[in-house]
Amino acid sequence: MTTISGHRGLEMDEPLIFELDAPGQSGVDLPALPTTHTRLGRVAARGPIGLPGLTEPEVVRHYTRLSQKNYAIDAGFYPLGSCTMKHNPRLGEKLARLPGFSDLHPLQPLSTVQGALALVDALAGWLKALTGMAAVAMTPAAGAHGEMCGMMAIRAAHDHRGGPRRPRVLVPESAHGTNPATAAALGFAVETIPATADGRVDVDALKAKLGFDVAALMLTNPNTCGLFERDILAIAQAVHDAGAFLYCDGANFNAIVGRVRPADLGVDAMHINLHKTFSTPHGGGGPGSGPVVFSQALAPFVPLPRIIHGDDGLRLAETQDEDDGTTLAYGRMKAFHGQVGMFVRALAYTLSHGADGLHQASGDAVLSANYLLARLKGVFNAPFAGPCMHEALFDDRGLKGTGVTTLDIAKALIDEGFHPMTVYFPLVVHGAMLIEPTESETKATLDQFITTMTGLADRAKAGDTAWFQAAPRLTPRRRLDETAAARKPVLRWKSES
Amino acid sequence: MRYLPLTEADRRAMLAEIGVASVAELYADAPATTLLPGPIPGLPGHQGELEVERALSALAARNMPAGSGPCFLGGGAYRHHVPATVDHLIQRGEFLTSYTPYQPEISQGTLQSLFEFQTQVALITGLDVANASMYDGATACAEAVMMANRVTRRHRAVLAGNLHPHYRDTTATLARFTGFEVVAGAPDPRGRESLVDSIDDATSCVVVQNPDVFGHIHDFTPLAAACRAKGALLVVVVTEVMSLGLLTPPGAMGADIVAGEGQSLGNPLSFGGPHLGLFAARDKYVRQMPGRLVGQTSDADGRRGWVLTLSTREQHIRREKATSNICTNAGLCALAFTIHLSLLGEAGFTGLARLNHAKAVQLAGKLGDIDGVRVLNDSFFNEFTVRLPRRASKLVNKLAKRGILGGVPAVRLFPEADGMSDLLLLACTECTTEADMDALCRALAELL
Repeated sequence: MTTISGHRGLEMDEPLIFELDAPGQSGVDLPALPTTHTRLGRVAARGPIGLPGLTEPEVVRHYTRLSQKNYAIDAGFYPLGSCTMKHNPRLGEKLARLPGFSDLHPLQPLSTVQGALALVDALAGWLKALTGMAAVAMTPAAGAHGEMCGMMAIRAAHDHRGGPRRPRVLVPESAHGTNPATAAALGFAVETIPATADGRVDVDALKAKLGFDVAALMLTNPNTCGLFERDILAIAQAVHDAGAFLYCDGANFNAIVGRVRPADLGVDAMHINLHKTFSTPHGGGGPGSGPVVFSQALAPFVPLPRIIHGDDGLRLAETQDEDDGTTLAYGRMKAFHGQVGMFVRALAYTLSHGADGLHQASGDAVLSANYLLARLKGVFNAPFAGPCMHEALFDDRGLKGTGVTTLDIAKALIDEGFHPMTVYFPLVVHGAMLIEPTESETKATLDQFITTMTGLADRAKAGDTAWFQAAPRLTPRRRLDETAAARKPVLRWKSES
Repeated sequence: MRYLPLTEADRRAMLAEIGVASVAELYADAPATTLLPGPIPGLPGHQGELEVERALSALAARNMPAGSGPCFLGGGAYRHHVPATVDHLIQRGEFLTSYTPYQPEISQGTLQSLFEFQTQVALITGLDVANASMYDGATACAEAVMMANRVTRRHRAVLAGNLHPHYRDTTATLARFTGFEVVAGAPDPRGRESLVDSIDDATSCVVVQNPDVFGHIHDFTPLAAACRAKGALLVVVVTEVMSLGLLTPPGAMGADIVAGEGQSLGNPLSFGGPHLGLFAARDKYVRQMPGRLVGQTSDADGRRGWVLTLSTREQHIRREKATSNICTNAGLCALAFTIHLSLLGEAGFTGLARLNHAKAVQLAGKLGDIDGVRVLNDSFFNEFTVRLPRRASKLVNKLAKRGILGGVPAVRLFPEADGMSDLLLLACTECTTEADMDALCRALAELL
């Protein structure tokens, strides 16, 4: 329906901020400029930039209107598989904004930041206890950065041991794209391990590929089909027998936190997405935080900086130093000491749950996923038998002949007020729909989702293809032309004058 | 537990529907020997909001906030005033609790604001195109070198000695494991390093910083020409984005890639993270860029909208052939940057940059009047280096006891370099008052 204004009730049509320019206006009143000469040397002051001028009320309205065009976990069910869109407690937001955390400069004298170092150390302690691992690198900024960190430690350990060159890394075909991308970025040849008919690593195929030229297996457990790798102990044994390391992608840690310790599975390194399992908000794409836990064998290689317990409090080891046991530390992952603001939120979440709450939370996440699997497996095709872990996987076999695709189901769900599940991933099944409900949902929400999915399946089977292809209809924008966007990229606004 | 909405009755009903007797049965695929029967022993149990707030507030209270007294710290992170509006808007749940915008029809808020962010970053750096953010300036720098290696098909990067050492180290870490070569110059507190002679036919890029880590401002136009002549790219790092409100931007000097730290706009210090990596480049290199890009398109009704685009560069499509492994970036920090810069606008941003510079000029003048203190810089933006008659780190600790965060000792950044012990980096921002400066000068006069 079109309106005269272009607005539609609560949904306002909103131009780009650059199109709202009132030259000379500003939303900030600055203090008076002291009279001084300049000391810019030979470099000239710049010419006009082209930034728009707006007052504060205009800016507030602009970004408020933009916010209203976003779906969010605060607003509704967000079962995006592999992303763990759970409730984000606001306590973490409040605490991260205490001046004693938010207003700390990373290069203050260490005597003035003892509480901050203790906070990092406390979270590190929890992560080690929950995983059973010997050491943790706190600096990686996100999951993929953590993968990089873990795989670098593995390379450093192999280099230190000497022995044969190990140029190969094995990755199951169901892995997240970041796994092969990380291994390849580090110069490894990536080889894919096929899955078995029951959605797990083919152990025989793995053993056939293992050898003394393999540096590591990068395994996701629970895997991206939502299944626990039930041969994990044999896998770890085979990997270790070949002198290789077992890297675990910890994106799915939410299924097992407080119930299974990765160390007991033979894992040597695993990143933990604090923005998934530990509920720090995803912020529309970050910031994340990806600490990496390490086994005893890899602990010496943990990158700098590290927190050291000294005689007069906590210190930061920022260089390789024998006294600090950091001679094998392999370098630095980023500036400063990690995503400390996210650590505050993650620690608040962890302390709130405690060991008992975390145990319950992972159990509820797995229970909810299995409930969806049980209720929907007669509606959509579930390629693998349960029980599943914290996410339930379906494929598009049940849609065959209807003309309706996985993407169409996703877009129809949008009109129904749900964020779609992850679609077309993992790649091991056709037209994948990966549904991760998390522990944050009521049974009523799950039931409403089941009813909706069932209704959509019925509608697809009734042959209402055109209806699906026109979805979504009730959104700020309808289907967007991604092909046109890529063919002739427009990546910034440009003035027409 | 307040975050877990399932009731015991719900759990029983759900188990019955699944056809198992207990949640433990759902973990049947985990090896029995590894399955914990209950909560991990020895760890505390759940706590209410009041208790958690008390525990973390106690940790916060053991720190000295930078704003609790005069603060002159810089060195890659800057204490600026962030308008209340910024923090209010980024905490709207629709921004805070959404995922990466994979479903564009219900993510136009994030996508449009990132498109605005990309435009702002391109404008202030003077380059054609910018991505939707990186983790921080240091990782943006390392990715810029990787990109230059791809573009030039060469594998030797020359890093300026006056590049922030954390940026140097982050890049060197990647170099060690990905097999490219890094040639790093020695730090030069006087800012007179020349890199023209270090470029040869094997050089993929030269990485310089403006203002450099000691605060000196450079005109890299001749260096850009020298790079072009040898087929190398010029990467310019900017750790204080506020400087771009006053200085000739890197793009106008001939930079091919800008890797920057955007924390100064919209984002708190937060003890060093999360911060915000800025990444901009020339148009012709766009398909070699790392990270997410938002592009303009139209919807089924012909209305303008935005999507993630050029994903064929990225890991979720391209896997081992991706330009980078980055996935999650710094979305909310980018939003804070964009809102802050939108509030400032052209007049506010350029005015604020002038104010930052004027404050630093004022402080340099006052410090220069103290016996034994010598300002090393001929040029600077809002940060400069002084030589002291004694060890800077001891002095800084004494100043901290008086409630003054009196700058960054150069030795903190360069613990392994010679000749750093008596050097101190001092930064001013709009937050610095004349009273702050006078308090520092008084304390220095007493302690030196």
